[in-house]
Amino acid sequence: MKSTASLERSRRTSTILTYVALIFGAVIMVFPFVWMILTSFKTVEESMMVPPIIFPTSLSPANFIKAVTSLPFTNLYLNTILMVLFRVLFAILFSSMAGYAFAKLNFRGKNILFGIVLLQMSLPSQIFIIPQYQMVAKLGMANTIFALVFPGLVSAFGVFFLRQTYMGIPTEIGEAAYLDGCNQWQTFYKVMFPLTGTSVAALTIFTAVFAYGDLMWPLVVNSDLNMMTLSSGLATLRGQFSTDFPTLMAGSLLAMLPMIVLYLIFQRQFVEGIAGTGGK
Amino acid sequence: MASITFKHVEKTYPGNVTVVPDLNLEIQDKEFVILVGPSGCGKSTTLRMIAGLEDISSGELYIGDRVVNDVAPKDRNIAMVFQNYALYPHMTVYKNIAFGLMQAKVPKDEIDRRVHEAAKALDLEPYLNRKPKALSGGQRQRVALGRAMVRNPAVFLLDEPLSNLDAKLRTAMRAEISRLHKRLQTTFVYVTHDQTEAMTMGDRIVVMKNGIIQQNDTPQNLYDYPCNLFVAGFIGSPQMNFLDVVITQKDGGYCAQAGGNSIALSPEMDKAALAPYVGKTMVLGIRPEDLEAVDAGSSHDLEGKIEIAELMGAEINLHVDFQGTRLVVRAPSTYAGREGDMAALKLKTHKIHLFDKETELAVAH
Repeated sequence: MKSTASLERSRRTSTILTYVALIFGAVIMVFPFVWMILTSFKTVEESMMVPPIIFPTSLSPANFIKAVTSLPFTNLYLNTILMVLFRVLFAILFSSMAGYAFAKLNFRGKNILFGIVLLQMSLPSQIFIIPQYQMVAKLGMANTIFALVFPGLVSAFGVFFLRQTYMGIPTEIGEAAYLDGCNQWQTFYKVMFPLTGTSVAALTIFTAVFAYGDLMWPLVVNSDLNMMTLSSGLATLRGQFSTDFPTLMAGSLLAMLPMIVLYLIFQRQFVEGIAGTGGK
Repeated sequence: MASITFKHVEKTYPGNVTVVPDLNLEIQDKEFVILVGPSGCGKSTTLRMIAGLEDISSGELYIGDRVVNDVAPKDRNIAMVFQNYALYPHMTVYKNIAFGLMQAKVPKDEIDRRVHEAAKALDLEPYLNRKPKALSGGQRQRVALGRAMVRNPAVFLLDEPLSNLDAKLRTAMRAEISRLHKRLQTTFVYVTHDQTEAMTMGDRIVVMKNGIIQQNDTPQNLYDYPCNLFVAGFIGSPQMNFLDVVITQKDGGYCAQAGGNSIALSPEMDKAALAPYVGKTMVLGIRPEDLEAVDAGSSHDLEGKIEIAELMGAEINLHVDFQGTRLVVRAPSTYAGREGDMAALKLKTHKIHLFDKETELAVAH
């Protein structure tokens, strides 16, 4: 049998190893973010030096001024906020209704339809870009907010996620509402939907984060700089032969600020949301 | 106030699964009727058909003198209490109770009056502003009852409402529901698989199996005169003992032969009914309290080895092995015999039930 002292020693060793592993992981995760902040204050020369230097020689806001003047930041913020807002609204609206229908209603072809939703989740979103672009272009809606929102109107993940949530709500609650005189629609919005608050909050965060960082679609569908989002606008700072990294990083930092503020406000919901979905 | 009548009601689910094949049942106005039976016997389906939560495949269901087959639940003047309470978790107790009335667009003052009245009757007044999750199981159950009460329904439907409560609370709520029935003077239909609830609460018990009514009678009659082996075994705890016996005739009376032992049957038993069974095997039923454990020296009918002795407090349940058949005997706790001892048993002959072995129907009591 091990003595108490040796048990204590092995427990401490295991704790130290765990902490070392976690700190190592944290450093790897935080490094790009810190590097971005440091680079945003460097000059172009400093950012290209070999071997690289870690700290800038001065904390000049020049790169931030350059980023703000070279891009229509007000428009980019506005477009991004509108895109995120509408995508979130539509994702909640349609995913909730579809999720409720798939979980609680009985209708012919339900399983086949849900299978199609699942199939959509398993396909890479890039294969939809061309047909989606053709649709938007034929509607004459390219270079509009609608174009930015369009692919996010319905979220297959959202439908699946909320279906699981609705399935977890006892059927008797819906039946009680039915006996209380609610029709199907009233049962949905007065009784069932309010019970999905945590899942809707998680879906909001996921949709918002994904929409905020979405680059490919906004870049394809809106070529007018004034109708771009923050991500696609920043991408224009990348040149074909050279890139002004400090300005790009300063712009990126400015673009990230709203999300950082939102994260700090909704940190608890964000973590709960990720834990709730069993996501990464 | 309303009676309920099932006329040849059938319930078949998609895939041709018939749960209730042909139900004929009358529940009188203000009656407290218990639907009892094992899982899957169709009792909950029957209740849900009254509620309108299940369609009726064929036949007619009346509430009062109105056919309600195609009437929406909200227009049936019924209220239902679910097994898991089905309270709305995001609403306060007040709103939970008031919700049905709000849907029916009852004036606000009237809603407020009725909610407070129900809350007072059920001791819920201090909790009106709480959410269900902040209540205990018993309080939640009372909210569910309150939600049903405020609607002044003609029929109260209760689907295993006590099965989520602990034993002590269940006993208390049993009495509370009985009191509620007496006070409201409304028709109550109560589904349970717990035969103690069935025996203690109902005016009448309907025992179901495979969607078919086995017996529909008062609790006492059901206990004393079960119509078949299923009912005899289902009602009573511990359940009735069954023993294969051969009927013989002796000195103008009848006897039941069990493994070399002869049990004289009561002369009050229906002789005409027993006559065709002479020389044949029947099933003898005797309840544990009708089997006496007597001293080995005194006259007795059967003898067996005590396998388990369960002390219940005032009495002791002896599990006796009689030639391979397990018999349960309810003896006073002062009984000296313990596990491994031999027990001499005497049957109260006027409490013997005899069943046809083939049809399982009761032949004589």
